[in-house]
Parts: sequence; C-alpha cells; structure tokens
Amino acid sequence: MLRLERRAQPSRAMRVLAPLIAALLMFLTGLVIFTLLGKAPLAAFGVFFVKPLSSMYGLGELLVKTAPLLLCALGLAIGFRANVWNIGAEGQLVAGALAGSGVALAWGQTESAGVLPAMLLAGALGGMAWAAVPALLRTRFRTSEILTSLMLVYVAQLLLSYLVHGPWRDPDGFNFPQSRMFNDWELLPLLGEGTRAHLGAVFALVAALLSWFFTEKTYAGYRLQVAGLAPAAAAYAGFGEQRNVWLALLIGGACAGLAGIGEVAGPIGQLQPSVSPGYGFAAIIVAFVGRLHAAGIVLASLLMSLLYLGGEQAQIDLALPAAITGLFQGLLLFYLLAADAFVTWRIRRVRRA
Amino acid sequence: MSIELLTAMLASTAAAATPLVYAALGELVTERAGVLNLGVEGMMLVGAIAGFAVGLTSGSLLLGYLAAAGAGMALALIFALLTLQLQTNQVATGLALTLFGVGLSAFIGKAYTGQPIAALPPLSLPLLGELPVVGPLLFRFDALVYGAFVLFFAVQWFLSRTRTGLLLRAVGESPAVAHAIGHPVQRLRYAAVLFGGACSGIAGAYLSTALTPMWVEGLSAGRGWIALALVVFATWKPLRVLAGAYLFGGVTVLQLYAQGLGLHIPSEFLSMLPYLATIVVLVLICRDGRSILLNQPAWLGKSFRPEA
Amino acid sequence: MNPPRLALHGISKRYPGVVANDGVSLVVQPGEIHALLGENGAGKSTLMKIVYGVIRPDEGRIEWEGREQRIDSPARARALGIGMVFQHFSLFETLSVAENIALALDGRDPPAALAPRIREVSERYGLPVDPQRLVHSMSVGERQRVEILRCLLQAPRLLIMDEPTSVLTPQAVQQLFVTLRRLAAEGLSILYVSHKLDEIRALCDVATVLRGGRVGGRALPRQESNDSLAQMMIGRELAPCRLRPREAGPIELELTQLSLPSADPFGTALAAIDLRVRAGQIVGIAGVSGNGQRELLAALSGERRVAERGMVRLGGDPVGDLDPAQRRRRGFGFVPEERLGRGAVPSLSLAHNALLTGAAKGLVRRGLVRPAAARAFARAIIERFGVKCRDERSAADSLSGGNLQKFIVGREILLGPRVLVVAQPTWGVDVGAAQRIRQALIELRDQGAAVLVISEELDELFEISDRIAVLARGRLSPLCDPAQTSVAEIGRWMAGDFAATRPDVSHAAA
Repeated sequence: MLRLERRAQPSRAMRVLAPLIAALLMFLTGLVIFTLLGKAPLAAFGVFFVKPLSSMYGLGELLVKTAPLLLCALGLAIGFRANVWNIGAEGQLVAGALAGSGVALAWGQTESAGVLPAMLLAGALGGMAWAAVPALLRTRFRTSEILTSLMLVYVAQLLLSYLVHGPWRDPDGFNFPQSRMFNDWELLPLLGEGTRAHLGAVFALVAALLSWFFTEKTYAGYRLQVAGLAPAAAAYAGFGEQRNVWLALLIGGACAGLAGIGEVAGPIGQLQPSVSPGYGFAAIIVAFVGRLHAAGIVLASLLMSLLYLGGEQAQIDLALPAAITGLFQGLLLFYLLAADAFVTWRIRRVRRA
Repeated sequence: MSIELLTAMLASTAAAATPLVYAALGELVTERAGVLNLGVEGMMLVGAIAGFAVGLTSGSLLLGYLAAAGAGMALALIFALLTLQLQTNQVATGLALTLFGVGLSAFIGKAYTGQPIAALPPLSLPLLGELPVVGPLLFRFDALVYGAFVLFFAVQWFLSRTRTGLLLRAVGESPAVAHAIGHPVQRLRYAAVLFGGACSGIAGAYLSTALTPMWVEGLSAGRGWIALALVVFATWKPLRVLAGAYLFGGVTVLQLYAQGLGLHIPSEFLSMLPYLATIVVLVLICRDGRSILLNQPAWLGKSFRPEA
Repeated sequence: MNPPRLALHGISKRYPGVVANDGVSLVVQPGEIHALLGENGAGKSTLMKIVYGVIRPDEGRIEWEGREQRIDSPARARALGIGMVFQHFSLFETLSVAENIALALDGRDPPAALAPRIREVSERYGLPVDPQRLVHSMSVGERQRVEILRCLLQAPRLLIMDEPTSVLTPQAVQQLFVTLRRLAAEGLSILYVSHKLDEIRALCDVATVLRGGRVGGRALPRQESNDSLAQMMIGRELAPCRLRPREAGPIELELTQLSLPSADPFGTALAAIDLRVRAGQIVGIAGVSGNGQRELLAALSGERRVAERGMVRLGGDPVGDLDPAQRRRRGFGFVPEERLGRGAVPSLSLAHNALLTGAAKGLVRRGLVRPAAARAFARAIIERFGVKCRDERSAADSLSGGNLQKFIVGREILLGPRVLVVAQPTWGVDVGAAQRIRQALIELRDQGAAVLVISEELDELFEISDRIAVLARGRLSPLCDPAQTSVAEIGRWMAGDFAATRPDVSHAAA
C-alpha cells in the first residue's frame, strides 16, 4: 500500500523539479489528446509546440505574446506572495488599454514625441485605478479582493464595449465597433524587421529584473513575503496589512495596465471590443508555474506564450479549436499543484500491519 | 404595470435566480464543511456543455442534467484529490479548476456552437397552475425552478436537523476535533465537495438548456463567482442564499426591462449591474466584520490532514 | 486475580526525524489512578492517542482486560470502554453542549433526547452544566466538565486525561480531584497525563515516567519527593532560578484605565486595567487563558489600537495609537504566545526570522536588506542563548519548541528593549530550555529593563516575579509581592474574586 508522508524537510530538488514535471506531464497529456482526436500525435505535437518556433517571425510572435503575460504575471506574483489574491488582472489590463487609448484619442492627430510616453503612463495609471477599487474595499470593508477584482473584469470589458460601440468609435470606420487606428508615433517601436515584436517585450524584461530586485533585496519585498507566509507574524512585526494590500494591488494593476496599453499600442494598433485573449487570467497560471519568482515567471511566460501560438497553429494546420490552449493551460496548473505537493510530502510504501 | 409584464418579469427573475440557487447552495454545503472551492465557474461551464451536448445528442434533457451533474462532480473530484489528499492551497486550486473548466468547455463546445436545442419546457403544476392570475404568475415554471426550492428545503433540513448535517458543520469548524473524536472527516469533506460539484454542474446545464438554450463560449459570464459572493452575502445560511439569488435575479431582469420602461441607458451599463450589485452587496455585508466572523466556518479554506 | 484493565507491550511510533515512542510498556489496574509523567516532548500525548485509537502504532501490542485488541479508531476505543479528555479541548465552539455530546456518542440519539441523561450524570458527579448552552459562552473550567461528562455518559472503564489541570484554578483542581477519586472508587481506571509533580503525588497511585520516548522509570508517587520524581523525569536535579532583591527604577510601562472590546466574537473584553511596571522589575500576570490575555497582549504590542493613546504609556509617553513597529522603535520588545506563525515565520531561515523584528538593529539600510548583518545577528542569538540548530540558515520550523523559543526570546532581548512583554515563556518547552529562558529574563531585569510575564504556570510566576497580579474575566487584580501572598489567594483571584484583597496591597505598591 502507498501512503503519503510528510517529509522531515521540504525537498529543494522537488521545488525546482515540480514545474518541469508539470510541463512534461502536460506535453504527454497533449500527445494523448492529439491521439484521441485522431491526429498523428507526434506530427500534431510538432505543429503545436515546435513549428511556431521555427521562424524568425514565429519567435517574434512568441515575444509579442510573452510581453503581456510576463508583465501581468510579475505583478500578480508580488500579490500572491503576500496572500493578496488579485485575479482581476484581465480587467486591469483592459482599464490600462482604455486609459492609454483615451490619451491618444484626446490628443488628436498632431504628431508629438510626448504622446506615447503619456499613453504608457496613463495605461499604468488606469490599471492602478482599476486595482485600487479592490484595495480600497479590502482595506476599508474587509471585502474579499478575489471576488471584487474579478467582478471588475466584467465591468471593464463592458466599459470597453460601450466605448468602442459609442463615443470612441471611429467615425470613418464603416460603423465597425473600433476606435481609429493609432498613428505611427502612437505605436510602440518594433524590435526588428519582419517581426511584430515591440518595445513592450523590453519593458517586461526590465519589469522582471525590477521584480527580482524588489522581492529579493528590499525590506518592502521581505514584508510582503512574511505577510504571505505567516500573516500573524506580519501583524506581530508591525508590517501593516493595509499597506501590503495597497502595494500588492497597485503594483499588479500598474503592470497589467501597462500590458494593456502595450497591446493596443502594439500588435492591435487600435481599440477593439476585445483587446486580450485572456492574458490576465493566463498570467495567474504563469505566476504559479513560475514559482512566484521572477526568473521562473520569465520561463513560464515563454511556455504559456507558446501555448497560445500552438493553439493558433493547430487551428490552421490541424483544424483543432484554438480553445485547446485553455485546456493545456488548466492542465499545466493542475499538474503543477499536484507536483508541488511532493515538495512537502512523499510517497512511502507501507506494509499493512 | 400589466399582469402580462409582471408575469414575464417574474418568470425571467426565477429563471435568472435558479442557476444561482443551485450553484450557491452547493457551494454553501462545501464551505460548511470548511472547504473553499473557487472553481464554481469552471464546474458550471463544464456542466453547461455536458448538459447541452448530452441533451442534444440523446434528445433527453434528463440525461443531459445527469451528465451535467456528473461532469461537475468529476471536476470537483479533481479539486478534492488535490486539496484534501495532497493538501494543495484551496484558493490556487479553485482558480485552476475555473481556468481548466473555461478551457475544457470551450474546447468541447466548439462543435456545438450555434446549434439549437429545445429548451426545458415550463411545467404547470396540477390544480395550482390553473388558478386565475396566481396560476400563470407562480405555478408555470420549469421543473428546475421548483427543484431549486426543493433543494433549499433539503439543504436546510440536512444542516439543521440531521446528525450528519450537524457533523458537517462541526467539521467546518474544526476537522481536527472531529477527527480526534473519531469521525470520518475526509469522507465527509469529499462528499461535500462532490455535492457542490453536482449542484454547479446542474446550474450550468440550466444556463445552456433553459435560460438561453444554446452554447456559447463562457456563457456563465461570471455567475459562478456571483454564486460564491452569494454564499458570503448569505452568511452561510440557506434561506438567505435563496433570497439573495432572487434579489440578483431581479437585478438581472431589470436590465432587460429597463429599456421597455423608458430608461435610455446604454445596454452595457445595464449589463454591468449584476457585477456592480455583487460588489455593493459584498461591501455591505463585509462592513460588519462580526457577522462574517460569527457565521463563517472557522476552518474555511484551511488544509487538514488527519495524522495516523 | 482479575486481568489488568489495560496493558501496553513494546509500543513504538516513529515520525520522520523523531521517535515519539520507543518500546513503551505499562499496565493499568482496575480502579487505579495511573500517572503518565514526563516533560514536554517525552511522548506522552502520542502514547495516549495510540491508546485512544487516534494514531496507530508502528509496533507493539495492546491488551484490554486480558485480551489483545487492535484499536484503530476512537469509535473502537469507546466501544471497548475507553474515554479521553483532551488537553486542548475537543469541543465545537459553535455547537451546544448537547450537540457536542451527541456527536461523540456512537448511538444515534438526537441532541434533544440526550438532555435528561446529561443532567442526571452531571448531578450524580457534581459537574453542573446546562445542555442547551453554546460552548463558546463557557469558561474553560466548564468546558472541561463537558468533556468529562461526555466521557462519563458512555460509562467508560478507562478514562484518559491529558494535562487536565493546565487550564484550572487551584481550587478547581481540588474539585476535579474529588471527582476523580470518587470515579476511581467506583472502579474506573484513570490514566492521568501530567508534568506537574505535586498533583501527581497528591492524586495518583502509580506512575510511569517517560523520558525521550522511553520508559524512564516506574514509581509509587506517594512515596517519592518532587526531587526524586524530577530526577526520573529529566535525569538530573532541578535548580530553581534565583531572584536577587533589587531596587526598582522609574515606571517604564503604564496602563491607565485600559478598556478594549474583543475582536473575537467569543473573546473577553478588557475592563479598566491599571498596571505599572518599573525598570528592573519583573511583573507576573497569572490567570487562565481566555480571561483577556490575548486582548491585553494585542493592546500592549500595538496589534490593536486602543481608544485613547494615553491608555498605554512607554517611558511616560503615550503610545496607544502607535503600531507594533513604532512601539518597537521606542524600546518595546515582545515575545508572543504562538511561536510558529507569529513569533517566527515557519518556513523562513533563522537569519530571515532575525529580520522580522530586527530591522532597526542595522539589518536594513535605505530600504534594502543587509543579508550579512541579518546572518550575523542570528548567529549572535544562537551563540548567546545556546539555540540548538544546524546554523542560521535552518528553517524556524526545523527547531524544537524549546530551541525556537530560546531564539525568539533571545532575539527580543538582544534588541535591547526597555520594556519586554513575554507571553507563556515556557509553554511546551523542555525543562532545560525553560530554565535558560527564565534566567535570561532575570538577567534582563537585572540590567534595568521592565519585564512583564503573562503565564498560566503559577510556579513559574512565583519563581521569577517581583510583583504578581491576576487577570480574570478581563479585569486585573491588584499587584502584590509573591512573598506576601499564597497560591490559595492567587487561586481565588483567578476565579475573579478580588474582594479578598488585603488592605496593604494596592496599585501603588508597585
């Protein structure tokens, strides 16, 4: 008979291995799913996980999708470490896209070098404003940020829908629900010829470095970590819970907002009824798979980005629904949580007395 | 207001409230056992597509609902294995369940998008349904609307009158104590989680076969989360879940009829109402921390593993 | 001759990294009160849980009334006739007495039908309780009665009591003993788990002593002295700490008419507490937990703000509106009751735990952590207070209770506080560590700090306090000199009766 038993010491090896095991299990499950769907598993695997990476353009696309995932996940991870469960990054992303676009639309068609920075700033602030609501409600009224931040996702999406159908609709756009196209000077510069990868990827990488520095080196990062690991110890030490909640949500909101404006001022180029295929939610998975650690999150966001690309590729080449991406995302997180359990537990064979 | 309009509004209210009642009562039982399952939205979606697919292919909505309950339980079982057996974090695992459910339902549902299905028919209760005025007003709903009330009475009776219900509440307060005096804590928590899954599955199927008889990706539109909020709003009491669900149903319906009533508000803002209402209601109930503290199962969301 | 009621043969139980029980054997006769004696961590609780079927042993046999049995669940234990009163009560706070009892009985009687039986048994043994009352509204003493009643309703032939007196006033202990002796006279066997030597000598017929998981000796406690029992228990003599008289300095910590409602719906509010602690003085606060200790500590530490800032003063300055970090910067140190999770972060290293309260000690500069300084500080604590661990990188939860407590007390002392508040300094700590901690508190007092100790252990307070007071039902008794009072008087105070105050004792006596 097998029995779970607590390890005397948490296994360091398992901490590193768990995400790798989870990814491996996800790949294996992928093979099974492809077989069940009547596709040649290895060929399908190639289409899904290898083909997107086999061209410069593909690698550029990888970065295009990595940027928002990485930004959102870095922001969320800081909160998750402190037991602040902001799951509304998707809404903060939309709010950032709205605020940034609003600046561009209000500025008008005159060229200026100041527009883009102003848009980015507004995007970050928009995300922060959206995240400030759950922060305020939790600190003032002890309302769970899980539910409020999530409800605000729907509100943000409806607000976006209203704006592109109404006041912000392009008058010359044949009644399509979208804003005018942004001008060149309102778009993030591309990183190279022949790709769509843009400056947002650099922002995300810088954010990863900052996040690493913040969590590993600063006292504020330490305080957030204590709040997450042992809330009572944080209270004892006088690390005000309120300050932590505000800090975690505002950072998360700013990152997501920046990701949002990065999308509309990047690959999309205008406001549309949908500005994100669920990056804000996928970032939750990225944060966990990346161990809430900056380096891990960089790797996890690359993997998650590949899942998006693979889904698109599979739709084109294999006529599989792109929703298969969501399936893989969910599986990945389940496998990670299960593999994670073996950091503190181990399986032991016991003889029945 | 004409009686026709009133009847129609009441019918829409009941239809909007019913899935919330199922999902929230299921979650209430789960939470009373001390387990916080944030995967309601995911279980609803998987239930919705399972119910729709099986209902459509078999031609029997009954089979569809059984499949929905089964699908919800299957997802709940994954959650239970992870949180109860492997002690994973309940919040993270619940989120994973929702994300997984969203992906899985969208994946399976691709083939069913846009297909029509015969909606759950209204059921006129014998005699009562024939009454003038009151009959059409109150007694011509579909079976699941009545079923929601049956479920409410059953849960209420179970929690307050049965020994197992008493034990369930006790486990939610302190699984360690229940274990120390020799009760099967794990089995009971499994059962509570599975019950929640079945209820969420049924709630989902109601969305895809009765409320809007079709499948669209993500059709639950946050109702699973609203159900979670309802449980908090109800301070873990079944009667308040029922009342709260109908209150929300009313808010939802308001948006449908506001235009008819001559209010010129963009439809997007009306669609925000349920979400904003959820936030407002949560704030109102959480402002008084004491009532939450007094009623919340003390062990909610915490891991427990019996020593052996 | 009848077979023994219970006989354990070679019971062993291992956990990863610890052997809790190692070949333990003992025999309990019918009608015998059998003490299981041992210090914290000796394996008493594990052994009792094995007898009660909560834990299964790795090796060994259990004989019950002459027949070998496998006790694989508490239900099985109850069916055999074994009842258990747990140290940390196994009652559900939100349920009524009758509901609690119904859940522990294996019959299917609904709670309402049990009420008459509860009343009958409670009258017979002089254990008055109201079946309808909700447990959270009851005092600890009442709760213990419910636990005992719950066992007695099943007419057990063996009753296990795990440290039953730790939560009782001295008078209530005497009452409990009367009940237990009467039960034993009726033929009930009692396994009495304790580390309190006086009690065991007063109550028990036979004693089995556990040391490090093994049987360290057997004795007839009435023929032993405290010293000889202690010798068996810890393998050496106990030397009490010495408190040399010393002139007290100016008032460092002052509470004035401190009132505070409880944050916990089942907690106790504080009512108009006045207290002064002077430099170079240890003030001990006795009392049973749940009488406002948690609220008092929260008000002192700053985890809860009080209505008026002047209600709490440090060195004369009002600090009632300051948070814990601000108070710490003014020379306030605090050792909380819960070590893991409050006093220390379980999964973090000792170096990181040194940083928890040590930021002001140069461990943080311009918002950045100085890891080398944190490690050095942790090493200093480990060395100075003899903390047994691998090194400063060891996780807090890898330390034994005693060593972690030495680390936390050491950390707070090395931060050089003017005022140190310590809650339950030696609770669950082995004897060696307990002595070291008490000695460290006395040294701090000798260096001129004001020390406030809140403890349930009366012996400890009498040993190290210059002044002693009692917290009961949210009110604080007058302060008195331990040499001028008695355990009996403190016991009366613990029951909330301050009227019996002698005239020469007043608040000003400090």
